[in-house]
Amino acid sequence: MDIFLQQLVNGLTLGSIYALVALGYTMVYGILGLINFAHGEVVMIGALSSLTFIRLLADSGLPGPVVVLIGLVFAALVCMVLGFTIERVAYRPLRNAPRLAPLITAIGVSIVLQQLAMLIWGRNYHSVPTLLPAGSHEVLGALITDVQVIIIAVAALTMAGLMLLVNRTRLGRAMRATAENPAIASLMGVDANRIISLTFVIGSALAALAGVLVSANYGIAHYHMGFILGLKAFTAAVLGGIGNLAGAMVGGVLLGVIEALGAGYIGDLTGGVLGSNYQDVFAFFVLIVVLIFRPSGLMGEKLAERA
Amino acid sequence: MPSVPSKAWPGMTLIGVALAIAPIVVGAGLGNAWVRVLDFAALYIMLALGLNIVVGFAGLLDLGYIAFYAVGAYLYALLASPHFGLHWPAWAILPLGAAVAGLFGVLLGAPTLRLRGDYLAIVTLGFGEIIRIFLNNLNAPVNITNGPKGIARIDPVTLLGHPLSRSVEIGGITFTGVMLYYYLFVALALVVVFIGIRLQDSRIGRAWVAIREDEIAAKACGIDTRNVKLLAFAMGASFGGIAGGLFASFQEFVSPESFGLLESVMVLCMVVLGGMGHIPGVILGGLLLTILPEAFRHGAGPVQQALFGKVLLDPEALRMLLFGLALIAVMLYRPAGLWPEPRHRRELSE
Amino acid sequence: MSAVLLDARGVSKYFGGVQALKDVSLTILEGEIYGLIGPNGAGKTTFFNVLTGLYPRDAGEVTFVGHPLKLGTPHEVAKAGIARTFQNIRLFANMTALENVMVGRHLRTGAGVIGAVLRDPATRTEEAAILRRAEELLHYVGIGDRAGAIARHLSYGDQRRLEIARALATEPKLLALDEPAAGMNATETAALKGLIEGLRADGLTVLLIEHDVKLVMGLCDRVAVLDYGEKIAEDVPANVRNDSKVIEAYLGA
Repeated sequence: MDIFLQQLVNGLTLGSIYALVALGYTMVYGILGLINFAHGEVVMIGALSSLTFIRLLADSGLPGPVVVLIGLVFAALVCMVLGFTIERVAYRPLRNAPRLAPLITAIGVSIVLQQLAMLIWGRNYHSVPTLLPAGSHEVLGALITDVQVIIIAVAALTMAGLMLLVNRTRLGRAMRATAENPAIASLMGVDANRIISLTFVIGSALAALAGVLVSANYGIAHYHMGFILGLKAFTAAVLGGIGNLAGAMVGGVLLGVIEALGAGYIGDLTGGVLGSNYQDVFAFFVLIVVLIFRPSGLMGEKLAERA
Repeated sequence: MPSVPSKAWPGMTLIGVALAIAPIVVGAGLGNAWVRVLDFAALYIMLALGLNIVVGFAGLLDLGYIAFYAVGAYLYALLASPHFGLHWPAWAILPLGAAVAGLFGVLLGAPTLRLRGDYLAIVTLGFGEIIRIFLNNLNAPVNITNGPKGIARIDPVTLLGHPLSRSVEIGGITFTGVMLYYYLFVALALVVVFIGIRLQDSRIGRAWVAIREDEIAAKACGIDTRNVKLLAFAMGASFGGIAGGLFASFQEFVSPESFGLLESVMVLCMVVLGGMGHIPGVILGGLLLTILPEAFRHGAGPVQQALFGKVLLDPEALRMLLFGLALIAVMLYRPAGLWPEPRHRRELSE
Repeated sequence: MSAVLLDARGVSKYFGGVQALKDVSLTILEGEIYGLIGPNGAGKTTFFNVLTGLYPRDAGEVTFVGHPLKLGTPHEVAKAGIARTFQNIRLFANMTALENVMVGRHLRTGAGVIGAVLRDPATRTEEAAILRRAEELLHYVGIGDRAGAIARHLSYGDQRRLEIARALATEPKLLALDEPAAGMNATETAALKGLIEGLRADGLTVLLIEHDVKLVMGLCDRVAVLDYGEKIAEDVPANVRNDSKVIEAYLGA
């Protein structure tokens, strides 16, 4: 029983991170109908740049969490500029091109970012200094570390803030209107291009946060960490219903839990044939199953096809 | 159905002669390593033409195509190496590889081909990754794929009793193994080109284009779009399987590393950058994306040395960086590809 | 007395909470031109789409040529012998007119991959026949001289004719036309009327949705009227024109 609880804790932590990244995917897809392939790499850039800033401040004498916070702020700035630039340079010109073109461009951007990261930070795995509290607590037989608590709490607060922004502010209304129908929204005075840029910027800020949290969770960061994470977060967004913010959050947490529980129990389930090294397969498997049986996701709307 | 117009014969003969003497000329002038590059170019052109049926003709976006290549390669490795102690001949394994890869194509396609473009892309990407993960991990409890270490000492292809990995002397010219493989690959590539051309101008080819243009209208015309799409998928997969088997015998080694997302993306780019659906364009794409990176790899170090006195940036990273930038640039300025079908250019310009 | 070609009984269709078709029953006789009219939103195109397999139906049975028609998928319906055109014209825009019609021949021909690659005599004969028949059909609908034109470059009227030619290529027993006269001027409409009458003379049965009431009254042998998803009349045009329910539906709407 306590492996269940333990894996649940691990899953919630992982899921919170997936949720943050999934939000970026879902917001862009909701507004542009585009899968922002490069989003995972923005997370990676966030992680690595926060690391650089943290290292710069390491000997400043400031308390650990403050250093992390400052690192996060700078990383967020970097990512927001990055997100804004990517949209302007690579996606905006292709708004009316055939579907394949922006997908290929997105792949190109993803490759460029990975290589830039490799050139700047090298191929090595970078260890992240432990600046956050390193204690742990035992709850009902499961171990939950301070870092995990922080991740879950920070992610939850951020997501609550985002929901407030989208549902209660004028800006949020403009975002939702543009996602529903850009033409009508612009007739109502909404500058669709500005909203789209803003969507990318917000998504990138969330990505930076996710990057910092992920590197805190695993203690390492490296140039290739964005790829699989991005793919899984996209799976989470699809699971929850792509275009649906609440769905992205639910999907993220759910996927994290499925993955953690699966990794924990797969040995027992398959009689030792498959081990936890197949963990990544779960996400893909979930993706394929969801897309085949319920493409609109858990919380999305069923779309009828009109002739 | 058009047959070859008589004025095309001189051009085709020229190409034929050029193809025939290329390895000799290149081998003498640039060395065996560059003949190897030509071999890979031929192999990748085969792959690109296979994917062209899926993406170019039928308009189905497959981001995990390399999985079929992997299936073909590993099947060859399992049946013709010391790993299981089996040493089947190439002419037995390659058709089997085509069939098995085709079967995987059907298994993957049957539930997924009705998905919308983007979703199909992601699902196929996921499938490609699943295959790679399984290849990487199926070494316990039963060692099937030998995991990350891969399978080595794969038998080369044997033609008329002569293994193609060994040189042979004909008429005073020494044909190295690499050159012999070149002729095999080019011959097979030509067969694939031929099949592609024939398919393009046929009842099935028209059905694929119809589905790509307007699937609902195609259904209303009585086309069983599900089966026709599945056919494209399975055919593309089987070409991938054959190419994979050839790769395994040529390289004499396979490991999961060679079959990742990047390779799938590469092949897709050959099709898209070259000119989707347009066979000459796809061949051009295959040539460019195999030869240019190699030229770059050889040149980047020395050029930096000459300019800056030392190698500033990792050539490998630089090569990939430029590849990514090229992708973006081509999509921004020539979204139909470098050499698109005349019809396709119309599609995009108006 | 003509034989019954198509008999629809109790066809219903819901979209979410809205009932788009309510227990619609109608009968189409062999060799007639049958019109389906009604105010906007009455469910005419929905009925069409259910009939031709584009939407699944929620209730009802259809018998076609004496056999139950499986209202499953569009291509099965086409195979059974019902061909359709679309309200918004769905051509293969970047293929030539000839190629469009050749695609229409797909259903009644059978060359596969092996035939495509080998080009054996049987396949070559079939391809030649497809080409010939496509040319014939283009001439029949009056655009024989535009065979090599790219479909999207054709004039609106020619595009409609092309769509009809493509539908005819599937050798249908029933040709279902969805607003074929939409966007046409008087001359074009008259030519269309001539074409459809010619089809009837050649033994084809035609079902058509139209808003041009004058065209329908002058062309159709019998007419059904839908209103809010229900059939409110089914008779010869003269009687339908004077039916009080029909007048109310059009004027009251």
